[in-house]
Amino acid sequence: MEKAYADVPAEEKTRLYREVVQDARFDTYLYGCYECGICVAACPSARFYDFSPRKIAQALAREDVDLVYEQMNDDVWNCSQCFSCLRCPRGNNPGGLITIMREVAVNNGLRTTKEALAGYTRIIYKIMTTGTQVSPDMLQEDAFPDWGPQVKDVADHLAVWRRALPPETMHTTALSWEVEERTMRELYAIWKWTGTLDMIAQLDEGLHDIMEEIMDDALEDSGIA
Amino acid sequence: MATTTTETDRTVPVRGTAVETTKTFRPDPGEAPEEDLREAVLQLEREGEWIVQRVPEPYYEAPTKYGRMKKIPYERTWHHKSCGQCGHIPGYSTSIFWLNRVLGYDYFDPRDQTSCTAWNYYASATSNQAAQAAVAMRNFAAAYETGYFPLIHCGTSFGHYKEVRHELVHDHALRRQVRGIIERLGRPFVMPEEIVHYSEWMYAVRDQLQERVVHDLGPIVSTVHPACHYYKLQSGDAIYDPEIYGGQRTAVVTGVVQALGAQVADYSTWYDCCGFGFRHILVQRDFTRSFATLRKIEVMKEEANPDVVLTHDTGCVTSLDKSQFAAQAHGRNVGVPVMSESQFAALAMGAHPFRVTQLHWHSTDYRPLLAKMGIDAEQAWAEFQEDVKKIEAGTMDYLTWESVL
Repeated sequence: MEKAYADVPAEEKTRLYREVVQDARFDTYLYGCYECGICVAACPSARFYDFSPRKIAQALAREDVDLVYEQMNDDVWNCSQCFSCLRCPRGNNPGGLITIMREVAVNNGLRTTKEALAGYTRIIYKIMTTGTQVSPDMLQEDAFPDWGPQVKDVADHLAVWRRALPPETMHTTALSWEVEERTMRELYAIWKWTGTLDMIAQLDEGLHDIMEEIMDDALEDSGIA
Repeated sequence: MATTTTETDRTVPVRGTAVETTKTFRPDPGEAPEEDLREAVLQLEREGEWIVQRVPEPYYEAPTKYGRMKKIPYERTWHHKSCGQCGHIPGYSTSIFWLNRVLGYDYFDPRDQTSCTAWNYYASATSNQAAQAAVAMRNFAAAYETGYFPLIHCGTSFGHYKEVRHELVHDHALRRQVRGIIERLGRPFVMPEEIVHYSEWMYAVRDQLQERVVHDLGPIVSTVHPACHYYKLQSGDAIYDPEIYGGQRTAVVTGVVQALGAQVADYSTWYDCCGFGFRHILVQRDFTRSFATLRKIEVMKEEANPDVVLTHDTGCVTSLDKSQFAAQAHGRNVGVPVMSESQFAALAMGAHPFRVTQLHWHSTDYRPLLAKMGIDAEQAWAEFQEDVKKIEAGTMDYLTWESVL
C-alpha cells in the first residue's frame, strides 16, 4: 500500500517534524512510551474516530516523520483536548503533543488544517476581536438545530432576557460581558506582539486582513506603542 | 444503601461516595511525584522576577491531591468570568455572585477582564505560548490593581492558567518575553499565590451554604461529572478529600452536594470527559452528541437514574444538557437536567429558578427536579414573565440584585 502523502518531499516532512520537537513544551510532554494503551482507553476520541494518542506519542518518539506528517494532516483535529490521556504512567502528555502539532500545522498553512477550521473562523474572529468568544448572539436555531426549540426561544427573547440578569456586566448580547475599551486594545496588542495575528494569515488571509484593520485602528490612538 | 426507582419500577442501588475497601489512603506531601510549584513562584518573587499576590485573609485551607494544603479565599475575590457561562448559561455565573451576596462576602465583577482565550489554543491552535501567557498575566495584573484576588469561574481557564504558571516558572525566556509585554502595557507582572477555581470556593463555604438550605434535598439523587480541565491538567493542586471517594477522586462538587443534603450516586464512566471537544461542540457535533449521551447520560440513567447531573465547568453543562434533545428524539434513555453545583446550591437556598439560576437557558426539562425539590416552577415562571413585561414596557431597565435577594 502506498504511504499517505507520498507526494510530499521527505525534507518538508522532516522540517515540520523538527518544528514540533523543537517547541519549548515538547521535552516536558514526551518521555517515552510503554505501549500500555492507558491513554487510548481514557480517550473519548479513540472511541469515536480511528484515532490513537498512543500512536501520536509513538510516532514522535520513533522520529517517524512520515507518520507524524500523516497524523498532522489526518488525526490531530479529532482530539478533544480533554487531557484524559494525562493518566499516562510514563508522564506523557499526548494531548499537549497534539496542541504543538496543531500549532505547527496552522503556522505552515496545511491544506487539511484550513479544511478542519473552515467552519470555525467566525469563532476565531470573535475571540480575537472581543476576548469573550461564546457570545449570547451565537445562539441561533440554524446554527444549533440539534439543541431543540429552546435555542430559538433564547434567540427570540435575547435582548430582554439579557436585561433580566442581575449582574450589571452581563446585559450584553454580542459579548459575554462588558469589556472595557482599554482591555480590548491591550488584547489586540498581545495578538500583534506575539505573532498570533500573523498565524491567522497562514490560515485565512481575508480574516487576517479584517482583524488587522480593526486592531490597527483601535491601537492607533491608544498610546500603546 | 439507599435506592431509587426507575421509570420501569426497577430498583437501582444508589452507590454513593464511600469506597468499597478497608484501606485508608492518606497522601504524604513528602512523597508527591510532582514539585510544589507554589514554592517556585515565591522563590521567583524573592529573585525580583514578579510580584506574588497573596491570598487575602481569612482563608480556608483545603487538602489537595498529594496532601498539600491550598488556601481558598472567602472574600475580596476578583471574578474571572467564563465566556461560555456568561454567554450561554448565564444562571451559572449569576448563581455564583448570588451566593457571595447571600453569604455577605465582598467581591468584584470586573470589566477589565478578557476570557482566557483558550478556545484559540485548545480548539483551533491559532495562538501560542507567549500570547496565552500574556493574556493570563494581563488579567492577573488587572486583578492585582483592584486589590481583589482572582477567582476563576471556568474549569478550562483554571487548568490553562495552571499550565501557563508551570511554563512561566520553568521557561526563563518565555517569562522574560511575557514580562516585557506586560510592562509595555504599563501593568505590573503578578502571579497569584494560588490559582483558585470557584468550585473550590464552593467547597470552602459548603458548611455556610448548608446552614441556609430551605428545601429538603434528601430525596434528590444526583450524579457528578468532574470536569477534565479542573483535575486532569496540572492535577496536583485540585482538591481531594480522604472522606470523599477515599481521596481517589476530586472532592469538589460532591462535597458541596452532600453538604447540601442531596445524595450523590456513583456511575462507572465518571472519568470520561463530557464530549465537548472545543472545536467539536461547534463544528463537529456528531461526536459531542454521541459521547455525551452514550458514554455519560445513558450510563448515569442506567446505573443511578439521577434527578439531576451536577458539574463545575462551562463546557460540561453545555454538552451534557444540549446533547440530550437529539438523543431523546431517537428514543434513547436520556432526559436528566444538567446544571452547575452553584445553581443547585442557589436553588436549595431559595434562589428564584428563573431570576437567579436562569433555567430557561437550559434545554433538558428541569421542571420535575424543581417539583421534587418543592419549588413551584409555574408560579416562578409567571413571576419572571412579569419582570420581562416590565422591561419590555420600559418601566424597569434591568432586573436588579435588590429584587432577587
